[in-house]
Amino acid sequence: MAYIQTYIAILALSLLVIPFLKVKWKGIITLSLVIFNAILTGYLALPALLGEKLEFVFQGSIVTGEIPVRIDALSAWFMLLINFTMITGALYGLHYMKAYRKQTSNLTLHCLAYLLVQTSLTAICVIQNSLVFLFAWEIMTISSFVLVIFEYYKQNTLKAGINFLIQSHAGVLFLTLGFIWVYYQTGSYDFSAISQFSVNFPPVTSLALFFFFFIGFAVKAGFVPFHTWLPYAHPAAPSHISGVMSGVIIKIGIFGILRMLQLIQTDYIVLGYIILVFSVISGIYGVMLAILQHNLKKLLAYHSIENIGIIGIGIGLGTLGLGQQNSTLILLGFSGALLHVLNHSLFKSLLFYSAGNVYQTTHTMNIEHFGGLVKQMPHTAILFLIAALAICGLPPFNGFVSEFLIYSGLFDGMESKEMLNLVVLLFSVFGMVLIGGLALLCFTKAFGSMFLGNPRHHFQTEPKESGNGKLVPMYMAAAFIVAIGLFPKFFFSLLSEPLKLYLNKINYTGSVSTTVSITETMQTIGFSAAGFIVLGLLIFFIRRKITAKMPSPVLTTWGCGYVGETEKMQYTASSFIRSYRKLAEPMLSIQKRKIEIDGVFPVYGRHETHPYDKIEEWFIDKPWNLMKVFFGKFRFLQNGNPQFYVLYGAAFIALIIAVPLINDIIKKIIYFLNQI
Amino acid sequence: MISLVLIVLTSLFFMGLVIRTKSIASGRKGPGLFQPMKDIIRLWKKGAVYSNTTSFIFQIAPSIYFSSILMAILVIPFGHYKGIISFDGDFVFFAYVLALGKFFSIIGALDTGSSFEGMGASREALYSMLAEPAFFILMGSFALYTGHTSFHEIFTSLHFGSYISYGLGALATFVLVMIAMIENSRMPVDDPKTHLELTMVHEVMILDNSGFDLGLILYGTNLKFAMYGALIANFFTGSFSILISILIFLGVQMMFATLVGILESFSARFRMGNNAQFIFTLTSISILIFFGVLLIMGKFV
Repeated sequence: MAYIQTYIAILALSLLVIPFLKVKWKGIITLSLVIFNAILTGYLALPALLGEKLEFVFQGSIVTGEIPVRIDALSAWFMLLINFTMITGALYGLHYMKAYRKQTSNLTLHCLAYLLVQTSLTAICVIQNSLVFLFAWEIMTISSFVLVIFEYYKQNTLKAGINFLIQSHAGVLFLTLGFIWVYYQTGSYDFSAISQFSVNFPPVTSLALFFFFFIGFAVKAGFVPFHTWLPYAHPAAPSHISGVMSGVIIKIGIFGILRMLQLIQTDYIVLGYIILVFSVISGIYGVMLAILQHNLKKLLAYHSIENIGIIGIGIGLGTLGLGQQNSTLILLGFSGALLHVLNHSLFKSLLFYSAGNVYQTTHTMNIEHFGGLVKQMPHTAILFLIAALAICGLPPFNGFVSEFLIYSGLFDGMESKEMLNLVVLLFSVFGMVLIGGLALLCFTKAFGSMFLGNPRHHFQTEPKESGNGKLVPMYMAAAFIVAIGLFPKFFFSLLSEPLKLYLNKINYTGSVSTTVSITETMQTIGFSAAGFIVLGLLIFFIRRKITAKMPSPVLTTWGCGYVGETEKMQYTASSFIRSYRKLAEPMLSIQKRKIEIDGVFPVYGRHETHPYDKIEEWFIDKPWNLMKVFFGKFRFLQNGNPQFYVLYGAAFIALIIAVPLINDIIKKIIYFLNQI
Repeated sequence: MISLVLIVLTSLFFMGLVIRTKSIASGRKGPGLFQPMKDIIRLWKKGAVYSNTTSFIFQIAPSIYFSSILMAILVIPFGHYKGIISFDGDFVFFAYVLALGKFFSIIGALDTGSSFEGMGASREALYSMLAEPAFFILMGSFALYTGHTSFHEIFTSLHFGSYISYGLGALATFVLVMIAMIENSRMPVDDPKTHLELTMVHEVMILDNSGFDLGLILYGTNLKFAMYGALIANFFTGSFSILISILIFLGVQMMFATLVGILESFSARFRMGNNAQFIFTLTSISILIFFGVLLIMGKFV
């Protein structure tokens, strides 16, 4: 209890103090507060992750009722990973923001919003009173909105921010409806009322309730078709914010879904199928669009959707396990999902930080303009490469471990006898494989055209490597990526308590054999990963030993006899994915503009592609246009005449006063009619 | 362990056998069985030319590509004998390790800044991506059939009972052969003997590699062939004693090599533009196998 009070007191104090500090100190104080908060919450979360549940009950007010704060293993897992990325984000941001040193007041707001995001994310993990939960959710949404629109003077940024704000609130609406429904039926804001609700009502009703929450949280997490804010918000935000947002803020949506799964009792099999289908579509759609993007940060944003899809497949699998009383599926599905949440927070933030490094030295995010950056920015290149390999799910890095768990679950789940089950699982395997393959295509494109080859564009200033200040937090994330790849057993064992929350639901009495075999597999994977690294190094050293004495002249690249400079002849990112684009074109919406080269002495040729989101077209743009038409009919009301506006106000007040009167009159009439 | 030794042994003469078959088919005598291996050894003794565009990625890529293949071989069992690495779901590891090698060979090609190599890399990335689902669904079907998820257990508990299962075995062999051809960039998809860079896939990716690195990549291809051959052989070596198994193994490898040679002699390369569709149809064959397994297990309602 005392910890939480200290936490809130220090936060409040710092919010008051930071505006009055000098620019240099604002960042440092914010950073140290972030670290302090992380240590404090980590101190509470660690025992919870190892199985010691904590519960505090605050008195609250008449409106809210008692406010239970429960730290169980699930919240602890999320708290720890959120705070880690928050620290790397703050460390990176401290140096990233040096470029904006002059915008003092803007920076103040940024620092405050960053602290608020951290606090509200932590709060969302632990608060189990729906009203206060919504408050924390709202604070998180608004402060992340403030973080996104740091460069508010750019029109696109502001537009993206407002898009994000509106869509988030559409999500909040669903959450609110869900909570109100529960409150209406049970009269309690406590989360335990939700499970009570689902026990009292038939599974179908609980399923409906779950969908209210699912949509609410899916908007935050970025499941297709609720993802459309993501590809705008990520490129608009400063890089460390994109990293934090993609890394952890969208994961709070996943947390919400996991929490609701734990609370709501319903027909898990149907739910599992629905989640699986949603997730596979999200995954494939996300990566299909990611490949086409020209803007690096937008590409990464679409990859977030893809990874949410992978996490969702894990969750769906676990849910299916809950329905089939299959402990292996629960173990593999939820552990894969939870581990992938951690993994994605690491490599995605690392990718966004690398993008930030590149952006700050070249001032562009257009992939087609880069080339050969590996020579000027070797550290950034290596870090980007590690993160790219990890996000493709390749061993020996962390992405492989979580994807492997999900794969194992999918194959194990096939033992069930049901046809529908098999088809859905086969579809999911197909989805996972396709996602993996497309991610590989996407990241060879991104890495290859950014860092390799010759420069494609002449920049005003020569690109150069970022300072240590930015590289240190990146190496921190990279170290974790490698560590999870090499010691998956340890990280899997950390998950045993969160997994018990779900295993307890099917009264799993602890036949440890499946857990043991998975743990052994994890260990073997760790050994194999290490063995692979050793093997690679060994072969490389043999190669060096042998080739050391041999002549190795340096010449130009083989150009079929042509030996001039070849920058313009290089394959571009667009041409690299051309054959894929041709294949995918019917399914996606791509606008092309083309001026063909012709004539004996061709002068000018041009080829542009603008990928657009088909789902956004159908799901957002079309209804939006219809709404515009509809509301356009009432435009005559907005005639610019102040007198009319005063009249509207007066009419509104009159209406408010009249409502009870009219009500009375209606009652009287009804009474009168009844008398007759 | 035994599978590693056998695969390495096979890799020494596999390509020679392919070339010999092709020579005989076109009415020539052809080089000795070990000529390709001798060429590779000669390359290992040579110096190399590096492009001034390349970075350290180009230097490490061939080594990582080669070690990824070695790593994948370690997973492959031999009859009753486990591979050196064996765990539940090891075929996922197998596929992903190979994908890692592919990743590096692609970025190694892009590192040269050459338009040709970009072209090859683009194709390779797309083709291998499209071939992947076929492999996973194939393995998934066998996992469903046998109830196990590691190579070793799948192969030891695989038994052919009915006519359908023989059909499935044949289909699976077909899919595996095709995947091997795609992964090694051989005939129906890519012609290794073509002289036009514009129509190459794998060959054009390694235009700038020379000396030791080129030797590694070429030997990697041999190993990869032997590896897929071993995978196919495992379908048939299930319950025999070790000596007979080894004989079957070598027999299957030789048949596989001859088959590759014959395929390359008597078939033409597909149109480049239609390759993608062709590769993707392999997935449908895998799905056919999946439903065949359902049929055998009586899960079809």
